[in-house]
Amino acid sequence: MSNLLDVEDLSVTFPTRSGEFEAVRGISFSLGRERLGIVGESGSGKSMTGRAVLGLIRPPGRVTATRMTMNGEDLRAASPRRMRAIRGKHISMIMQDPKYSLNPVMTVGRQITEALRTHEKVSQREAKARAIEMLDAVAIREPERVMRLYPHEVSGGMGQRIMIAMMLIPNPEILIADEPTSALDVSVQLQVLEIMDKLVRDRGMGLIFISHDLTLVSGFCDRVAVMYAGRIVEVCDAGRLHEAQHPYTRGLLNSVPDLEHPRDRLEALKRDPDWRSAPSVSALL
Amino acid sequence: MSAIDIRKLNVVFGDYEDRNHAVRDVTIAVERGESYGLVGESGSGKSTVLRALVGLVPEWSGEIAVLGEQQKPGPRRSHDFHRAVQMVFQDPYASLHPRHTVDQVLTETLRLHGLKGVDARIETLLDQVGLGGGYRFRYPHQLSGGQRQRVAIARALAPEPQILLLDEPTSALDVSVQAEILNLLGDLRRELGLTYLMVSHDLGVIGHMCSRIAVMQNGALVEELGVERMRRLEASHDYTRHLLDSALRSVRGGR
Repeated sequence: MSNLLDVEDLSVTFPTRSGEFEAVRGISFSLGRERLGIVGESGSGKSMTGRAVLGLIRPPGRVTATRMTMNGEDLRAASPRRMRAIRGKHISMIMQDPKYSLNPVMTVGRQITEALRTHEKVSQREAKARAIEMLDAVAIREPERVMRLYPHEVSGGMGQRIMIAMMLIPNPEILIADEPTSALDVSVQLQVLEIMDKLVRDRGMGLIFISHDLTLVSGFCDRVAVMYAGRIVEVCDAGRLHEAQHPYTRGLLNSVPDLEHPRDRLEALKRDPDWRSAPSVSALL
Repeated sequence: MSAIDIRKLNVVFGDYEDRNHAVRDVTIAVERGESYGLVGESGSGKSTVLRALVGLVPEWSGEIAVLGEQQKPGPRRSHDFHRAVQMVFQDPYASLHPRHTVDQVLTETLRLHGLKGVDARIETLLDQVGLGGGYRFRYPHQLSGGQRQRVAIARALAPEPQILLLDEPTSALDVSVQAEILNLLGDLRRELGLTYLMVSHDLGVIGHMCSRIAVMQNGALVEELGVERMRRLEASHDYTRHLLDSALRSVRGGR
């Protein structure tokens, strides 16, 4: 058993006044020591997939799956206590906007050392030394000074690098990054992604990279799963994304304005109702 | 006569240690019927230029002339100005009143400008932005992000303006929806002969929409170039080259 994560027939449903709403409809995927991209528009269920794996869907939302295992351990049967231990230690998640995911009334240093000390028995002094080392690894200059800052005193790009440092310090095996750079400027985006990419590769972690940006994902992943209306419509190797077959994937690729290849009109996506009912493509390894 | 003529615009926020010189000596001339793009990172002052133009930033120095009419610092603008210049904001979730229907939003704008035949005009406006009459009595929460942005565009078009100021009109939308909105904006400009001044951090979007581009950094305009030169990547300023480079690398996929 070499896969980090195996998920089969995962569904996430929410009750609404007009009946059940299925945000994720029976998808299957696995994650090896690789970088898996999950791409789709807003509402396609990509974020819900990430949250379901971490057990972050609160009632009345419901998660069902025929199989959901991490290193062979059944996540469906894990107690809330066990899930708390898994989160951070084994699976970490980086959210979209550092403005909302960092605690505004705690210094950066305290937040990072807290993340470490929750999962490992280390002295305050050692935790601090490792936090500084980690900030250095995410290319933050003067880490000692940054440790004493509050989140509002750092820029967006720095905030996101601090989040990455915080999520990676307990050394998890799986990192779920949910739109980690969409709140950042283009010129900072690449830098943050390169740092994340390097750390993930050096540590041999598995990465699930959730984004709406197909081209960005294809550059930083090995495999890409394209989601539409709660299902996976296509899985392909990131390097061969331009050979994608599904009209939805093609539509997404063509709707991006390209600086070097100007067109009079952009291609608007024509949605086919059949895409919604077509069975989910398996992304199992 | 240019549609928009901005000379030596300076905007300063705060005093003493909080002093922030947000816009420094910016000079821009936008011709009638042109589509002009302002690019830069967050904090570069590009949105502040637009906000000073419409009076949302009351204190500035320099000269701003719109369709030949000199503007003075302060929040007040003439009635003609408000008819001629309209703005579309970034976030369609924040820029529509949550408890007003599409009909109320458009009626209010049309009444404010003293236009007759409100009922027929609303039908036309909704058709123009590709929404159709079925959306007329919906509330914003019953619309998707793209549909909301269409309503915001319809509202901007209501007083029959000559100039549209577009502040990141598609950055809150999915790429597929972005394509629809950009197509719509392109069509409207051709049909109605509008002038656009567009702010965006996305060089792909600006390159698609605009014929001339100004690059801003730390409040100053560092370079102005035509779209052809931008496409050939012939930027003379380092910062512009850096921006183009990151934009292209993210389009090509990072590697």
